[in-house]
Amino acid sequence: MTGLPLIAVVGNPNAGKSALFNKLTGARQKVGNYPGVTVERKSGRMSLPDGRPAEIVDLPGAYSLEASSPDEEVTRDVVLGKQAGERLPDLLLLVLDATNLDNHLRFALQIIDLGMSTVVALNMVDMARREGLTIDPSVLQRELGVPVIETVAVRREGMDALKEAISTSLGAARRIREGAPEEFTAVQRRARTIAAAATVAETAKRRWTHRLDSIALHPLLGPLIFVAIMFVMFQAVFAWAAPPAEFIDARFADAQAFINATLPDGLLRSMLVDGVIAGVGAVVVFLPQILILFLFILLLEATGYMVRAAFLIDRLMARVGLSGHAFIPLLSSFACAVPGIMATRTIEDPKHRLTTILIAPLMTCSARLPVYAIIIGAFIPARSVGGGIGLQGLVLLGLYLVGIVGALVAALVLRHTVARGKHQGFMLEMPKYQMPHIRDIALGLWTRALIFLKRAGTIILVSTIILWALLSFPQARPGESQLDASIAGKMASGLEVVMRPVGFNHEISLALIPAMAAREVAVSALATAYSIDESDEAKAEQSLTAQLQGRWSLPTALAFLAWFVFAPQCLSTIAVTRRETNGWRWPIFMVLYLFALAYIAAGATYWLAVWIGL
Amino acid sequence: MLRLDQLPYRTPATVTAVAWDALTPTEARRLRNLGLDEGVSIEALHGGPIGRDPLAIRIGRMMVAIRRAHAETISVDTAS
Repeated sequence: MTGLPLIAVVGNPNAGKSALFNKLTGARQKVGNYPGVTVERKSGRMSLPDGRPAEIVDLPGAYSLEASSPDEEVTRDVVLGKQAGERLPDLLLLVLDATNLDNHLRFALQIIDLGMSTVVALNMVDMARREGLTIDPSVLQRELGVPVIETVAVRREGMDALKEAISTSLGAARRIREGAPEEFTAVQRRARTIAAAATVAETAKRRWTHRLDSIALHPLLGPLIFVAIMFVMFQAVFAWAAPPAEFIDARFADAQAFINATLPDGLLRSMLVDGVIAGVGAVVVFLPQILILFLFILLLEATGYMVRAAFLIDRLMARVGLSGHAFIPLLSSFACAVPGIMATRTIEDPKHRLTTILIAPLMTCSARLPVYAIIIGAFIPARSVGGGIGLQGLVLLGLYLVGIVGALVAALVLRHTVARGKHQGFMLEMPKYQMPHIRDIALGLWTRALIFLKRAGTIILVSTIILWALLSFPQARPGESQLDASIAGKMASGLEVVMRPVGFNHEISLALIPAMAAREVAVSALATAYSIDESDEAKAEQSLTAQLQGRWSLPTALAFLAWFVFAPQCLSTIAVTRRETNGWRWPIFMVLYLFALAYIAAGATYWLAVWIGL
Repeated sequence: MLRLDQLPYRTPATVTAVAWDALTPTEARRLRNLGLDEGVSIEALHGGPIGRDPLAIRIGRMMVAIRRAHAETISVDTAS
């Protein structure tokens, strides 16, 4: 898109930048990365009132040009024209929260002092009015020396005037200011003076955020509400996801039946039915669960509750040497450790951040759900333990808890050994509560669904086909099991020597190899293996559940579950850890300590189960 | 003259002094970024469930969470 004028949206976190960006660009957005750093680059196209197109880029929120995180560094470097992979913007669109003027003006003054073409969007003026604040934009415009437009981004208010101002200011002369920037405290005081001058009236109205907080942060009610929300969230992941998951499952079964009926028996049919459909289908079935989990996380973030949860949990995290800062990345890790690990960038203390990265894979991510769900479904009886609580759900809850407890213990140990350091504090802006915007949430969910399906279509599809090939050749002689005769079977036999002591059988050893790419591949690998192994066609169409029930003992199944609580079987997580820690040292450490824990946990579970006679 | 951690909830006050030297440079910069400065209005709003730590405070018009240990470095005056 080079050649187009470039507009950069800048502002404090929580100023409503992204909502404004979404309104200016619509759905035509491109998400990429800046070279060398893991900061997202969100860009899109807008058309100016005179019909000219412009590229618009949403920069990470920043408090000041004195950057204290990789995100803030990108913002600083872009506006200074020093960021690799980005040209110097032609215009800066500065977004200010009208209800938080004194604070946001400080960064605004630093930006305006750069001397580039700048337009200010005085955002959330509706909320300011509701809080009894009257701000005179003309005073602000005079004091700042740049156009100031009142906007309510979430309701499109002021968008036309804003586009007009951008159009007029584009092409105005610009210069990069030379010399030392003004001293920070001086800027801060100037910001407060200007904010006071622009504020025409201020009635002391208690904001409804405060009223909500006196409930949400209440010493007793607060934690209860927190636990209730977490409970509803994990409950919903299972209850709501069942009907759509069954629907998807049925469609994949239809596809298998269709191919079985149309194609002649042979290699192609086997590859499609046993490889592609059995493998990919076994994973895509979990799309509804993953989306529901992300829906909750996106809602918690958009409403502002996430920070409250971090506040409530901070003291507990402090016990293991962490803080409330670690809560947000860890909660995201329940969906997927990759965005979770990327979210640790907001943690400034390097040792604290490292610890959070190293324990993030212990949060039960959505890729484990396929594994847990299939094993629990096959081996744990669906009976009630009283009070409407099912045994299956209880086991699942137990697996989540083991992961959490494991993570906390690991954090404590890490903070006293490899990641030793002074306890870090907890300092966080608590944004106002907001109604989430359906469009923004839908956009976020859509992105997640695409990422998941892309994984299913690439990593999982490819590893499934390779596994199918390794399992299908060489062809077994009559009387010999296809599983034992195949290349994959021979490879698994090698691994089985190590895994036998913790109760794993030949097929598990086999499934663990491709599952190194992603945990859920274990399920598709088992499905493919049993599908190929079964010479009897009627039996081959049996569900994976029935196959497992016939072939695994209960202690083996339990050991398999315990293994996946800890095992770092996910290439994406290892890759993102390498990127975020700038080297191989920590990802290697993480893989080793987690495999060690997995092996011990699986072994202990297996022998305990055998001992008590399960 | 009180320290912020001693200030009763919902009592508006003014920051009179901050022991910047008692904070690490990172902590000091972060608190400044969140708007803390001598002369700004401040208020303690809520305390965490365990030991009333951390504290949810208002700095200027912004709500911020900080630990009690950091609140101890902030001197406030309720007179104005």
